[in-house]
Amino acid sequence: MPDLHIRKIVSSREEIYHEGGPVADTPLLRGAMLAIIKNPFAGRYEPEIQGFMEDLKPLGLDMAQRLLDMLGGPDKIEGYGKGSLVGEGGELEHGALWHAPGGYAMRQLLGAANAIVPSSKKVGGVGARLDVPITHVNAAYVRSHFDSMEVGCNDAPRAGELAFALVMTTGARVHSRSGGLEAWDIIGEDGLR
Amino acid sequence: MTAKIRKIAVNVEETHSEIGRTISPPTRKAVAVAVIENPFAGQYHEDLSDLMEIGAQLGGLLGAKCVEALGITPEQAESYGKSAMVGENGELEHAAAILHPKLGAPLRKAVEKGAALVPSSKKMGSPGQVLDVPLGHKDAAYVRSHFDGIEVRLNDAPRANEIMVAVAVTDSGRPLPRVGGLNSRDAVGKDGLK
Repeated sequence: MPDLHIRKIVSSREEIYHEGGPVADTPLLRGAMLAIIKNPFAGRYEPEIQGFMEDLKPLGLDMAQRLLDMLGGPDKIEGYGKGSLVGEGGELEHGALWHAPGGYAMRQLLGAANAIVPSSKKVGGVGARLDVPITHVNAAYVRSHFDSMEVGCNDAPRAGELAFALVMTTGARVHSRSGGLEAWDIIGEDGLR
Repeated sequence: MTAKIRKIAVNVEETHSEIGRTISPPTRKAVAVAVIENPFAGQYHEDLSDLMEIGAQLGGLLGAKCVEALGITPEQAESYGKSAMVGENGELEHAAAILHPKLGAPLRKAVEKGAALVPSSKKMGSPGQVLDVPLGHKDAAYVRSHFDGIEVRLNDAPRANEIMVAVAVTDSGRPLPRVGGLNSRDAVGKDGLK
């Protein structure tokens, strides 16, 4: 990984027991991994950037594996998402380099994961927060699993840095009751329903 | 009284490099935070012993969560801290009742030993506000390399009738300590100070 310089790895794990309603038998778990790395393209316009996606693949796999370890393994995972925060010396397009290595790493380790991985990205200063969207791993229309998780770190991203996030959840919102397609009714082949 | 916990969050920060220098092994800090119902929200109560009991429960629980998240044995913990943020219908004294009388002993059990005072901070706040948890060496408060802090915040807490209670534990000091003073190798660790 010649171009990959990691400054920090930040993990977050939430156990959600209730939100004012009945206490869940099993708490919903939400996990996030955030890697803060050097942006090799900061400070200039670089026309050709796609080679960096290859360098990011091992990072994606490492982060996805850490998330699985944190949340109890691939069988437990029902929702996922990804996101990028680009320090001010970079451009939004640099954040888009995370789509393939971040998304495919999670799908590879999860096995059955047919839904597109939802994502968000933005340019931000040190301390910026990013809301990472979450959807069901096999059927994007499952309404109970639409969620998000906020990620960030007080000293990142610096101007010459990128912060890449992966998130996973173990189930629906804790008091899900807004109808729509339910997880137990999905076919799960086309990634949508 | 048992704490009514709405959620628990555990964050771990690893620092692999700082100002161009590789940190090997990376320094690591964990913070565990519980969001609980404030049993005394909305009215003045003279007797805060229920919150003191809750503090005892959370000291052990959150200390263990940090140790687990770091993947260390209790004796490998090097520094610690504690903080609370009280939602707007409570009062600052509620944070004091949780943090000071009884939280420390079970936390010390979770990190083994812990001769030093547990550094603390407290504030009133609202969902999304930052809580800065101070850190100090667990056995010798004067160890200068381990003075630090870790920030924690939750977008949805504390609601008006809630309290956020945080415990932080590390397995290391700052990434590049070089301001002198007592270092952890020379600390005796008996009186909690040196």
